[in-house]
Amino acid sequence: MLNFIIRRIAVAIPTLIILLIASFWLMQTAPGGPFTSERPLPAQVLANIEAKYGLDQPVYKQLWDYVVGILTQFDFGPSYKYKDRSVNDIIAQGFPVTLTYGVISFLVAIIVGGALGISAAIRQNSWLDYFAVGVTIGAQVLPNFVMAPILILVFTLWLGWLPGGGWNGGQWQHIIMPVIALSTSYMASIARLMRSSMLEVLRSNFIRTARAKGLPERTIIWRHALKPSLLPVVSYLGPAFVGMVTGSFIIDAIFGTGGIGYFYVNAAFNRDYAVMMGLTILLGSMTILFNMVVDILYAWIDPKIRL
Amino acid sequence: MTDKLAQPFQQPKTADAAERMVENVQGRSLWADARRRFIGNKAAMVSVVLLTLIVLFSIFGQSISEYDIETIDWDILGNVANAGQPSLSNGHFFGFDENGRDLYNRVVQGSRISLAVGVIGALVAVVVGTIYGATAGYLGGRVDSIMMRLVDIFMSIPYMFVLILLLVVAGRSITMIFVGIGLTAWLDMSRIVRGQTLSLKNREFVEAAVATGVPTWRIILRHIVPNLLGVVVVYATLLVPQMILTESFISFLGLGVQEPFTSWGALLSEGTKTMNYGMLWQLAFPLFFFVVTIFCFFFIGDGLRDALDPKDR
Amino acid sequence: MNISIKAALLGSAIALAGPAFADKMHPTTGEKLAEDQTFTYRVLDEHTSVDPQIVEDVSGSEIVRDLFEGLYNQDKDGNLVPGVATGYSTNDDKTVYTFTLRDNAKWSDGKPVTAQDFVYAWQRLADPATASEYQWYVEVMNLKNAGPVMAGEAPLSDLGVKAIDDHTLEVTLASSLPYFAKTTTHASTFPAPKWAIDEHGTDWIKPENIVVNGAYTLTEHVANERSVRERNPMYWDNENTIIDKTVALVINDENVALTRYQAGELDRTEIPAGQYPALEQSHPEEAVIFPRLCSYYYTINVSDSAPEFLKDVRVRQALSYAIDRDVITEKVLQAGEIPAYTFTPGATAGFEVPAVDYAGWSQDERNAKAVELMAEAGYGADNPIDLTLLYNTSEAHKKIALAVSQMWKQNLGVKVTLENQEWKTYLTTRGEQNYEVARAGWCGDYNEASTFLDLVQSGSGYNDAKYANEMVDSLLADAKTMDNPQPNYSKVEEIIAADMPIIPIYHYSEDYMLSPEIVGSWPVNNVEQNWYSKDLYKVAK
Repeated sequence: MLNFIIRRIAVAIPTLIILLIASFWLMQTAPGGPFTSERPLPAQVLANIEAKYGLDQPVYKQLWDYVVGILTQFDFGPSYKYKDRSVNDIIAQGFPVTLTYGVISFLVAIIVGGALGISAAIRQNSWLDYFAVGVTIGAQVLPNFVMAPILILVFTLWLGWLPGGGWNGGQWQHIIMPVIALSTSYMASIARLMRSSMLEVLRSNFIRTARAKGLPERTIIWRHALKPSLLPVVSYLGPAFVGMVTGSFIIDAIFGTGGIGYFYVNAAFNRDYAVMMGLTILLGSMTILFNMVVDILYAWIDPKIRL
Repeated sequence: MTDKLAQPFQQPKTADAAERMVENVQGRSLWADARRRFIGNKAAMVSVVLLTLIVLFSIFGQSISEYDIETIDWDILGNVANAGQPSLSNGHFFGFDENGRDLYNRVVQGSRISLAVGVIGALVAVVVGTIYGATAGYLGGRVDSIMMRLVDIFMSIPYMFVLILLLVVAGRSITMIFVGIGLTAWLDMSRIVRGQTLSLKNREFVEAAVATGVPTWRIILRHIVPNLLGVVVVYATLLVPQMILTESFISFLGLGVQEPFTSWGALLSEGTKTMNYGMLWQLAFPLFFFVVTIFCFFFIGDGLRDALDPKDR
Repeated sequence: MNISIKAALLGSAIALAGPAFADKMHPTTGEKLAEDQTFTYRVLDEHTSVDPQIVEDVSGSEIVRDLFEGLYNQDKDGNLVPGVATGYSTNDDKTVYTFTLRDNAKWSDGKPVTAQDFVYAWQRLADPATASEYQWYVEVMNLKNAGPVMAGEAPLSDLGVKAIDDHTLEVTLASSLPYFAKTTTHASTFPAPKWAIDEHGTDWIKPENIVVNGAYTLTEHVANERSVRERNPMYWDNENTIIDKTVALVINDENVALTRYQAGELDRTEIPAGQYPALEQSHPEEAVIFPRLCSYYYTINVSDSAPEFLKDVRVRQALSYAIDRDVITEKVLQAGEIPAYTFTPGATAGFEVPAVDYAGWSQDERNAKAVELMAEAGYGADNPIDLTLLYNTSEAHKKIALAVSQMWKQNLGVKVTLENQEWKTYLTTRGEQNYEVARAGWCGDYNEASTFLDLVQSGSGYNDAKYANEMVDSLLADAKTMDNPQPNYSKVEEIIAADMPIIPIYHYSEDYMLSPEIVGSWPVNNVEQNWYSKDLYKVAK
């Protein structure tokens, strides 16, 4: 396993470099630059600004300087748009916020989604099954850009129970609505995958054997069926976890939470190259990391899978 | 309203759908079994009927209306909340949208685009993702490593720039929606399929096939993929709503559906904006169709999964 | 123009004589003040910076005006009132201005605010190394040697500003500029604390490092969430400041912002397009609209790359005539916008809107004329024009484009393809003349008609229509040195109305929901909307 991890980390470095080059090229090719604005800047002013940020250098030189900055000083550069902060500042402030509501949403999604999926599978085609399916679909069909404003309308304006947004240092009142809006669709997906794979496992030969031996149903489910049925759910969790913690633009935009999801999307619209690159590297590293964790989990679920 | 109108079409269409399913399966008794099980699944059959109705609605819906998707009623504009409510008597069945246009026709037209995007997008994702994931998982080793690192990269590349560039390079058109959506949709699918394949390839039946010298591609297509169907079908039904909503984001960027054309995603987001201003119907109508469709896909997906489960044969 | 020191001193003397705030009464109006003097407002987007020489956006400038104080402020009507300066004198040809600074102005660390702080700030603004996006403002101020200093060809000390002593600032201009004092209300001209910048570098504006001379100091800033500014006890006029704390919350979605306003979480938010009539009815005191110095228009590509039919002036006129501005303002936007037939808003100081002929016609007359012109140009049902209308992604732009495209279609049979693009793509497309007709908007940099009309000069970098007319160029060039440029401005507007390279649609209004506590003190008559927290107050409910 240690060998596996070392191997994967070794592969991760060229992977990130390819990601870096590809993203850098994409950004440079997109129309407009960070200082394109409705009132075009006088040539002299633009020249000064480009000189300050090194944007007057050839692209390969910019990329090289950028990489050197990261490797030698862990400096991801300044934001071109938000001039009083660096990319490091933005990540240091926004990432903990996103991580907080992302991880809570992730846990809620797994626990509730998993429980719903398992109970639906055990009582297939019963009212419990239909109920669980109904709930999960209900959770999924309200897209979060519809659900979030409805939550605010109900809990803030009508009931007056919760603040309508903001983060306020992460007080629990400010976390509830973002978590509901973010977790529901993931929860629904997990429940669906869980139900389906649980059903499949429950019909396999070794479960039939266990049943034939007269083992209690509870033991069969928890001891024997659960682990193998986790496989597709775990595959889904890798990208899902990254999706949740690297942010949801919608959550940040509607609840004003100040997470990095909003920065990520807006950096693209602002052509804020350094912020975009910094967040892309963060996102890429997380994707690589969690897909590695998923692969390790495979081996735990099914010992026959070789890492 | 809709039900009554679409009723005449209902019977032949359902039989048709069932027949097509039969054609696909070419009379193998296993497939016939699956078909029998599927038809026995009440929830799935109701869903097939409903979905058929919605498809018919999207194709023929505008023929019962005297209005179109783009003409603004200047008398209603600016006073939609009071004067633009749904009404059977004036022929604006779903009322007006916020810009004084007939909402019924917009929902019909939006349904057409969104159903196409949802189904085709999910189909592409399923085919590409399944083949890619199964190949990577089955071959393993270096090939798997390279293929999966590529997926890692695709997952992390800033999607917005890809879309913006697509717009600049290719211009906008309906096909661009499919390209834009297809670019990312298959990634998660391929991860899931690969995970299943890793486990499947150690099973006895695969090892038996290898031992008897069945070629690799045949093992993947004949032995691996059929055993993946359960997960694939369920995940595909999860993809449909995702595709439909992704479309609205792509159109927001200026790629894909442009005004006056619309889609469910666009209608939902417009409806959300006005729901607090006494125009709740602008959210309710598109949401109703969206929700019913998603329900249908889920139940059909579940029905198919149960029907196709190889262990039930 | 000269501000009377006596009047200013008298004002503050009256204020001081009032019984402080023991009984929570407003010192001059006598209104009962609210217990909690916290003003919370919504901003659309995170501000770019609070560094006075770096800031380049509206929401950032709002914060900077609270944190720093320049030579002059504006009152609630937009008139100049003393800030750090107590008055000034000029030489005869108005090329040298000498400002007297008050001696009781202090930085928040206790150091006095001196003329050197202004010299440093203005040099910093002009310095190429600062790379400010507002560097060009020193040219607007017309400071001597601005050009060479900006280009790095002359030392900073050559810039036309110097400190005679701690409280006397002498400004030398390249040429006469009668309204120079007005330019000193702009955030870029506010003083900067050299010692703090030297010590902390770009981090100097973080709450833990910042040194300010304004009525408030920055106490908290969470990007994309909130920024908080609280009373600065060192401020010279702190005693007369009523609002204790101002909070800006970043809320991207205007509808969510309105919901939160209704829930009592905000004191100010923008009214979403089209919602003013309903809100005005349900909350008549809170829904407030007033004119702004901004124009909304469609620019027509008349460059070489334009299609033939757009080069035909009759087609351009027809397109303009066929737009029913009243429908746009009264049915689409519905928030007190003013229909525009000329480019410069009537709210501009010293500007009188000239009577261009088509402004006086009824819409039916305009439509008839438009049809006639189209037919003359050879376009009609059998030979329809097919044009693309470009706009950037936004709900309001979309609504207007939808209405206009239908007007063109229904009245003239023009086929319109709508094309929306995200902001930077749109700017690039428009800037490279890859469009046919495009949406555009312009807000005045200062309160004078030339800030608008300069756009149609052939050399202007903002002239995306690529319209060129020698007559217009010379009229505008002459206007710069005229005592009363109105005749030239009127002439230019008339030429634009005839040539129609741009189609004016409406002049903006600002539309706010303001909580009943704060609405009374909001400076609605300040068309530039330069507001200062120190002038606001909340009355008791």
